[in-house]
Amino acid sequence: MEEIIVADISHLKKSFGDNDVLKDISFKIKQGENLAVFGKSGSGKSVLIKCLVGLIEPDDGKVVLLDSDVSELNNDELNVLRKKIGFLFQSAALYDSMTVRENLEFPLRDLKSKPQQEIDELVLEALTNVGLEEAIDKMPSELSGGMRKRVGLARTLILKPEIILYDEPTTGLDPITSQEISELILDIQKKYNTASIIITHDIECARIAANRIIMIKDGTSIAEGTYEELSQSKDEFVRSFFNIKSRS
Amino acid sequence: MLANSKISNKMDSKKVTTSSENSYGKSLKGFFEEVTLLTRFTVRFFKELIKPPYEFNEFFKQSYLIGYKSLPLIAITGFIMGLVLTIQSRPTLAQFGAESWLPAMVAVSIIREIGPVVTALIFAGKVGSGIGAELASMKVTEQIDAMEVSGINPFKYLVVTRILSATLMLPILVILSDVISLYGAYIGVNLKGDVSFDLFFIKIFDKLVFTDVFPAVIKTFFFGFVVALLGCYKGYNSSKGTEGVAEAANTSVVYASLMIFILDMIAVQVTSLFS
Repeated sequence: MEEIIVADISHLKKSFGDNDVLKDISFKIKQGENLAVFGKSGSGKSVLIKCLVGLIEPDDGKVVLLDSDVSELNNDELNVLRKKIGFLFQSAALYDSMTVRENLEFPLRDLKSKPQQEIDELVLEALTNVGLEEAIDKMPSELSGGMRKRVGLARTLILKPEIILYDEPTTGLDPITSQEISELILDIQKKYNTASIIITHDIECARIAANRIIMIKDGTSIAEGTYEELSQSKDEFVRSFFNIKSRS
Repeated sequence: MLANSKISNKMDSKKVTTSSENSYGKSLKGFFEEVTLLTRFTVRFFKELIKPPYEFNEFFKQSYLIGYKSLPLIAITGFIMGLVLTIQSRPTLAQFGAESWLPAMVAVSIIREIGPVVTALIFAGKVGSGIGAELASMKVTEQIDAMEVSGINPFKYLVVTRILSATLMLPILVILSDVISLYGAYIGVNLKGDVSFDLFFIKIFDKLVFTDVFPAVIKTFFFGFVVALLGCYKGYNSSKGTEGVAEAANTSVVYASLMIFILDMIAVQVTSLFS
């Protein structure tokens, strides 16, 4: 069966003043594949993911998502593309002034033709997927860090995106909740056949959720492979992450 | 030795002059950059304002929050303003035997100048800082980015609705504040006298003309616009985490207050040209 490439990133570069954050990043993702972009804090992972959705404009290189070149789209076309891409922020970025229900309904506001009953069903389905039906009328301030991440994930899922971008999905969570979130990412991939880019520095999250891992160091990709392949790597930098894991 | 010391002093003073010139140069450059960015922000507001889709629900919600929720504060300050102005003006007018002019004088002062300016300053303190802090907080917690990646235009949803609401709500608040101030003035007149409600207002409307009321209301649209514009601009472009939130709230009020006085000065000049 022919593999469908849903994201093609080639020679991406981005600098802030004299600081070259992304020097030359290239990779492709197939439909239904989870790719972890792995590296130390400050290695340019979050900048990379923001370049993909046009939140940051890259200096050079090409980002093609779902056959659309992001740099060639006007604002309206970019907004149409963005609706097909889910983005889970590091802080979950829930709207403080809205309840969980309103947070989930917010991305659906353009679907005015849909009856309220159908919108309610979509909200409930998204919350059921993350196991938080009971939190529907709570405010974000009443939720724990893990619950906020789950609600953020439910909001990401509600538009049934074809690609999901996760920015540090397990950062700031305890190991048990981190594992639950990682398993949830895997479940979503299996259930909806979505492609995902998981930005992380949590090797356990990459092991559970990713089919393939790209390692970034100083703005360049230095290694690529499955968890098993990279754990056998002879590169000292790559091995250091796995050594920390085996020590813990 | 003395010659060396003189040369060194000269060099030091030269260094100080150069460094202060650099600092002035930087400040001037920063000022023009800020003005350019603010102009672009304003142009974008007008472009987004006329472009569909329109965010009516958010506009009505903001109008309720900005207008209705500011009403108690505006009412209390308006009442005190009228009362205090009357009490303070009475002794001076009494010296000239012109106490009967008190209602008209207070009314003209309130409606022409004090009402719009004081109400706008209070509005800037409450609404301008609130908008600045709210948007800055949304910016640093990535909520604005979250809207953008959901395919929703955050500028239209957050900025356009707030500026439009503030522009339309402040004139209404000023009119209400003026009415309540005049009631405060009526109470103030009756603290040391006995003037009926009807007579008090007959004396006011005897002296009040169209050119007292109309320009005073028109300028409040501009006051409301700059208060919200600066709040939105500072909040929407905030950075530096929680420090940025405090800075946005603070600078929104300071710049808005300054702009209210500048606009008022311009409005007075323009009005005097036509009257």
